[in-house]
Amino acid sequence: LIATFPNIYISTTVQYIDLSINQSAINLQSIMVFEKDLNLDATELRLGLPGSSEESLRISNKRALPDMNDDSGVAAAKKCDQETAPPTKAQVVGWPPIRSYRKNSLQTKKTEAETGGMYVKVSMDGAPYLRKIDLKVYKGYPELFKALEDMFKFKVGKYSEREGYNGSEFVPTYEDKDGDWMLVGDVPWEMFINACKRLRIVRGSEARGLGCVV
Amino acid sequence: MNYFPDEVVEHVFDFITSHKDRNSVSLVCKSWYKIERYSRQRVFIGNCYSITPQRLIARFPGLKSLTLKGKPHFADFNLVPHDWGGFVDPWIKALAKSRIGLEELRLKRMVVSDDSLELLSKSFPNFKSLVLVSCEGFTTDGVAAIAANCRFLRELDLQENEVEDHRGHWLSCFPESCTSLVSLNFACLKGEINLASLERLVARSPNLKSLRLNRVVPLNTLQNLLMRAPQLVDLGIGSYVDDPSSEVFSKLKAVIQLCNSIRSLSGFLEVAPCCMSAIYPICENLTFLNLSYAPGLQGNDLTKLVQHCRKLQRLWILDCIGDKGLGVVASTCKELQELRVFPSDPFDAGNAAVTEEGLVLISAGCPKLNSLLYFCHQMTNAALITVAKNCTNFIRFRLCILDPVKADPVTNQPLDEGFGAIVRSNKSLKRLSLSGLLTDQVFLYIGMYAKKLEMLSIAFAGDSNKGMLYVLNGCKKLRKLEIRDCPFGDVALLEDMGKYETMRSLWMSSCEVTHGACKTLAKKMPSLNVEIINESEQLEFSLDDRLLVDKMYLYRTLVGHRKDKPEYVLLL
Repeated sequence: LIATFPNIYISTTVQYIDLSINQSAINLQSIMVFEKDLNLDATELRLGLPGSSEESLRISNKRALPDMNDDSGVAAAKKCDQETAPPTKAQVVGWPPIRSYRKNSLQTKKTEAETGGMYVKVSMDGAPYLRKIDLKVYKGYPELFKALEDMFKFKVGKYSEREGYNGSEFVPTYEDKDGDWMLVGDVPWEMFINACKRLRIVRGSEARGLGCVV
Repeated sequence: MNYFPDEVVEHVFDFITSHKDRNSVSLVCKSWYKIERYSRQRVFIGNCYSITPQRLIARFPGLKSLTLKGKPHFADFNLVPHDWGGFVDPWIKALAKSRIGLEELRLKRMVVSDDSLELLSKSFPNFKSLVLVSCEGFTTDGVAAIAANCRFLRELDLQENEVEDHRGHWLSCFPESCTSLVSLNFACLKGEINLASLERLVARSPNLKSLRLNRVVPLNTLQNLLMRAPQLVDLGIGSYVDDPSSEVFSKLKAVIQLCNSIRSLSGFLEVAPCCMSAIYPICENLTFLNLSYAPGLQGNDLTKLVQHCRKLQRLWILDCIGDKGLGVVASTCKELQELRVFPSDPFDAGNAAVTEEGLVLISAGCPKLNSLLYFCHQMTNAALITVAKNCTNFIRFRLCILDPVKADPVTNQPLDEGFGAIVRSNKSLKRLSLSGLLTDQVFLYIGMYAKKLEMLSIAFAGDSNKGMLYVLNGCKKLRKLEIRDCPFGDVALLEDMGKYETMRSLWMSSCEVTHGACKTLAKKMPSLNVEIINESEQLEFSLDDRLLVDKMYLYRTLVGHRKDKPEYVLLL
C-alpha cells in the first residue's frame, strides 16, 4: 500500500497548491487508526512556496523490532508533535543509551530477584511426606516459624542463643552448603537463606545435641 | 630519499606501532609504501564496509592481527534493525582462502556465525587470540570449535555478546594438550559449564593471567580456581554467595590473600554482601574495579569496598553508590582516571541515585580524571562549570541525563553554558556525548573550542541547522558524528559535502533530512555510501523526495555499494 499525496500545480512558476500533512507521524501499518485520527487540518489545501516546511512529509513507520526488550512497543509516539513534551522515558526507543546486553542483564536480575524463588525441601520427623517452601517470601525467622508451624501443626518454642530451643518438642534444623546440620536461628536471616539447602524439623529428644550448651 | 637498504627501513618501521603513524609512513613515498605494506602485521578497520577483504589481503600479505568493526554505534541502543549487516563471514572466508597466517581477530558489533568460527578455528594453525565485543549470531557450539581446534590459543575474550547457549561442553573441548591460555573471559555466557573441566583447564594453564567467570560458577569453584592460579592479574567473579561462617568461605579468604597479583576485579554477578570482606586484602592493589554488573551490592557495601581501593585508576559502578558514595570515591581514589556510573534502574526516576553533586565531588577529589561516563537524573550549569574548572584533562566526556531534554533544575536554563565550559577548558577532548536541554548555542561552543574532537553524540538537542553547521565547520578532526531526534535538515547536511570524506561516518535518525537531499549527496559524492533505513512495510522505493528520512547512515568507502544489504536498506 503506498499512500500517495497528489500535487496540484497552478501554471505559474513559483506558486503551487499542495496537499500538506502536518508534522504528525503517519503510521502506515495502522491505516485504520490513521483514518480515525484524520482531522480537517491535515487535509487542508493551502498555498505554499516550494521548500517550505509544511510540504515535508514523513512516513515514519516504526515496526516493532524483534529484539526490542523494553516496553516501548511501537515508538510512533515519539514522532508526534515536536512542540509537545517528549514522551515518557519508557516509550523512547534507544533511550537511555545503554547497551542491550547491559539492559537485559539488569532486567534479568530484577525479575529473578522478584520471581526466582529459593525453594528448599522441608522434612519433619514422623511426617509421611516432605514439603517445599520458598525462603524468599519470608522476611525473617518469626515468619518462617509461623509458616512451618502452620504447615506441620507443631510449635517451635522459644529460641535462645545459650540453649537453642530447649524445652520444645520439635526443633528446626537445616543443612548448610558444607553439608553440616545446623540449628536454625543462630546466624542473621540473610546469611541463613543463602546457606540453607534444606530444612529438617527434628524431635526435641534428638535435637538435644544441637541446642545444649555444655 | 632512501639512503638505507630496505631491511634497515623495515627495522625502523618495527618501532612504529600506532596505526595512524604507520598509515602516515606509507604515504611518504612509493618505496616506503612498499616496505610498510610488506612489514605491516596489525591492521585496524573501523568500518568493515570501507574496504573489502580481498583488497586488504592484497595490500598486506604479512597480516597477523585484524580488528574489524561492523554496525554503527547506535546499534547498541536498538536503533539499527536486525540483519542490517556487519557479517564477518566473507572476511573469514577470504582470509582462509589466502595465505595469510592470521593470529589475532578482534571484532566489535559484528554478526558472527558458528560456521565462521569453525572455519576460523580450522584455517589458521597459529591462531592465538579471539576477542568478540558486542557481537551476535553465534552459539556455544562456535565457541567449542575455537576451543577444540586452536592448538595454541592464548586468548578467548567474549565481552557482552548475545550468545545462544546450548549448554554444551564447550569448555571441555579444550584438549588436554592446551596449556597456552593467558586470557579466558566467558562472563557473558548464560549457561552451565562443566566445573571440573574448568578447574582442570586452569590447573594446566600456568600462563593464565586473566580469568572472567560467568554467573554459574559458584564460590567453592572460585576457591579451587584461585588455589591453582594465584598468579592471576585480572579476575572476574561469577557467583559470590556463601555463608561467611562456612569452611569453604574461610578457605577462600585464605587463598585470596595469596593472590597478590590481582590488579583488576569485576563480575560479582550474584553476590552476598556479607561476603565482601574477604576481598578487602586485594583491594589495596587494584587499579581497575568493575561492579557495574553487581546490583546485589548496595550503596554501603560499595562504599566500604571502595574505601580500601586507594590505587584505583578505573572504576565502573552502578548509580546506587549515590552522591555520598561518590564522595567517598573522591576522597579515597586519588589516582582515578576513568569513572563510569551506570543506571541501576534505567526507567525508574524514583530512586534519584546520583546527581550533579556526585560529579562535582569527583572532579574536586580526582585531579587525574580524564574519562567519564555518567548517567544521572539531573545536571546543572553551575556543576558543569565547576567540573570544568577542576578537570582540564578530559579525553572522553559522556554525560547522560536520563530525562532526555531536562533543563538545569535550579535555573531552568538549557545546559549550553555548562557544556560550553567543559569544551573550553578541556582542550584534549576527543569524545563527547551531550544530553539535557540544549540549544544551538552549545554547538557554537563546540565548534569554537573542541578542536581535537573526534566523536560526537547528540540526542534531542539544538534548534536549527545552524547547530549542526557549527559542528561541521568548527571541528576539524571530527571522525564520527551521530545524531538522533534533532531539528537538523537538508541545509546542514548539504553545506559541506566534502567534509564527510574526512570522516568515518555520519548517522542521522529522526531528524529533518529529506530523501531528496540524501539522493543529492549520494550523487555528488561517489566515495560515500549513503544508506537509508526504511522500516515501513512498503518496499517500493519510489519515495517522494520531500519525504523525511527516518534513519540515514553514511560512510566513506573505497569499494562502493555493499552487496549484503537487507531489503529495508536503500543504497543511493
